[in-house]
Amino acid sequence: MSVLVDKNTRVVIQGLGSAGKFHAATMVEYGTLVVAAAHPGKGGTEGKGIPIFNTVSEAVAETGADTSCIFVPAPGAADAILEATAAGIRLVVCITEGIPTLDMLKVKHALSGTSTTLIGPNCPGIITPGQTKVGIMPAPVHKPGRVGVLSRSGTLTYEAVDQLSRLGIGQSTCIGLGGDPVKGLDFIDGLKLFLADPQTGGVVMIGEIGGQAEEEAAAWIRENMSKPVVAFIAGRTAPPGRRMGHAGAIIAGGKGTADEKIRVLKKMGVLVVESPAEIGAGMQKALENGRR
Amino acid sequence: MKIHEYQAKDIFSRYGVRVPRGRVAASAGEVMQVARELDGVVVVKAQIHAGGRGKGGGVKVVDGPGQARSAAEAMLGRPLVTHQTGPGGQVVRRVLVEEGLQIESELYAGMVLDRETARVTLILCSEGGVEIEEVARTHPEKILREPIDSLTGLMPHQVRRLAFGLGLSKSQVRAATAFLSGMYRAFVELDASLVEINPLVVTQAGDLVALDAKMSFDDNALFRHSDLVELRDVDEEEPAEVEASRFGLSYIRLDGNIGCMVNGAGLAMATMDIIKLCGGEPANFLDVGGGTDAGRVQAAFKIILSDENVKAVLVNIFGGIVRCDVIAEGMVEAIREVGIRVPLVVRLQGTLADRGREILAGSSLNVVSVESMHAAAEAAVREAQGVS
Repeated sequence: MSVLVDKNTRVVIQGLGSAGKFHAATMVEYGTLVVAAAHPGKGGTEGKGIPIFNTVSEAVAETGADTSCIFVPAPGAADAILEATAAGIRLVVCITEGIPTLDMLKVKHALSGTSTTLIGPNCPGIITPGQTKVGIMPAPVHKPGRVGVLSRSGTLTYEAVDQLSRLGIGQSTCIGLGGDPVKGLDFIDGLKLFLADPQTGGVVMIGEIGGQAEEEAAAWIRENMSKPVVAFIAGRTAPPGRRMGHAGAIIAGGKGTADEKIRVLKKMGVLVVESPAEIGAGMQKALENGRR
Repeated sequence: MKIHEYQAKDIFSRYGVRVPRGRVAASAGEVMQVARELDGVVVVKAQIHAGGRGKGGGVKVVDGPGQARSAAEAMLGRPLVTHQTGPGGQVVRRVLVEEGLQIESELYAGMVLDRETARVTLILCSEGGVEIEEVARTHPEKILREPIDSLTGLMPHQVRRLAFGLGLSKSQVRAATAFLSGMYRAFVELDASLVEINPLVVTQAGDLVALDAKMSFDDNALFRHSDLVELRDVDEEEPAEVEASRFGLSYIRLDGNIGCMVNGAGLAMATMDIIKLCGGEPANFLDVGGGTDAGRVQAAFKIILSDENVKAVLVNIFGGIVRCDVIAEGMVEAIREVGIRVPLVVRLQGTLADRGREILAGSSLNVVSVESMHAAAEAAVREAQGVS
């Protein structure tokens, strides 16, 4: 078992620019079933044996694609998400960085009431080690196993996963939630999926400054989570009012500080590691202790 | 992207949000001219991006052109220090000269994106002219919020609830509807990330006027607002940060002495955090990004080393799609070009990290090469302390 994606997931790539082409190839190499690509004007052609369609709905009808991975540049990315939704895609993974926030507001509005799940944008994607990867993460650091990973970051996630794998702790599924202020899947959604997944024995949660998602997740964990959760929050040294790379990583009006998130998580019984070098060790300890 | 008060007021007046009569001026002569036109009591306001101008002496109420001139002369060309500028202050290059108003009461109006509800949210408060964060802490009941549905926009019933909630009269509620609707339209049409009017004043004549105005925009949406891009004032930004943005590097200068070069925003923040945990202070945030090549690494080194406080540099790269050998080669090349006067600690991990470390070891560079993040931070702190 795993969450959201497995070896049967059928992927359509949206946007065949250089990034789309490059990462589609690494996904194929990993064993992901990349069954189609959609790129307006390139319909009827193919790239490396993968058929290209003008629209996502054609791709779905012809190939049975159920998941999309978006590399469309920011100005067209919101449209690409909604195109996938309209085509009946079950899971949309949007890698694109730099989508205007108000575009995402509209996307969130349009997605409510549909059965489509959105991951991202501005995220590395999702991987179920040993089965499939839908995204841009470096596959070799991952290892199949029992720990679920949820993160707002990219390279910091690879760092955490690498720590886990070196300690012999494999991962059930790793989900990059993305660094934007308005996004699809968030911590609570991911925690619910991992709670329901029998393979997952614990969850690593990597948060950062900005917003209240970690605090909300902390309250949810206290009420509902029976599996151990280990958290790290980046940005304790970040100055207020500055955007730390990610559009969503900003302390605004005194809200969204790392210290406050850490305080709330600890209060709700979550094991918070102080150092980013101790994420793997923290999870190891939590697994040994059983419950959180 | 932030803009100046006078620019925000220009925008607001285009959207039917009432602002005081006045004009921006860059010289004492111009200031006198504007004051003469306005006649009577005028307000001279220093135009810098930082807040807290009033307390810092950047806002003066004066009577007539002569006094306006003296007030402007005391501001123009000089640094203004506020609690937001840092000790060096920010040089005032323009002042806004406005009519003085007879003020009955001061309110607060703000609009931000509420991330949790994914809605633009209007915030009103019966206490204006003071810091809203402070009111939120001491009198949270005075703050009223209305999340706005992106389909319907700001509805009259929402304005009524807020305006009557603040104790406005019936005719003022009508004025508030026009005022707040204009604010909302400006927010969504221009892809703002923050709009703040503090204070929003009720004049003795009963009018609602934006006495101050603050507006910032979503950087991600600037591609569709070329007219807004022209409002950017790089004089208000840290020169090294402007330089970094030219290379697509995300750089923020801090107060510490350990320069950081990291790939990825989350890892860059975590690297700053671990430096602090090990007893040091980071000198900057720097994300070199995913598609890192020698050119970017070189630019990053130059920018980090332009900070004279830097006593050691910590490079933390987790190679994913970017290979560590490529980074290492880029680094060797960059350092040969730029030269480096402080100890350099490099931590390479991930794709082809061993090969990357061999390249560093084989170079003639004096590099402390470590494998773990913790060891890297400790080494950087030690090296920084060793340099006097």
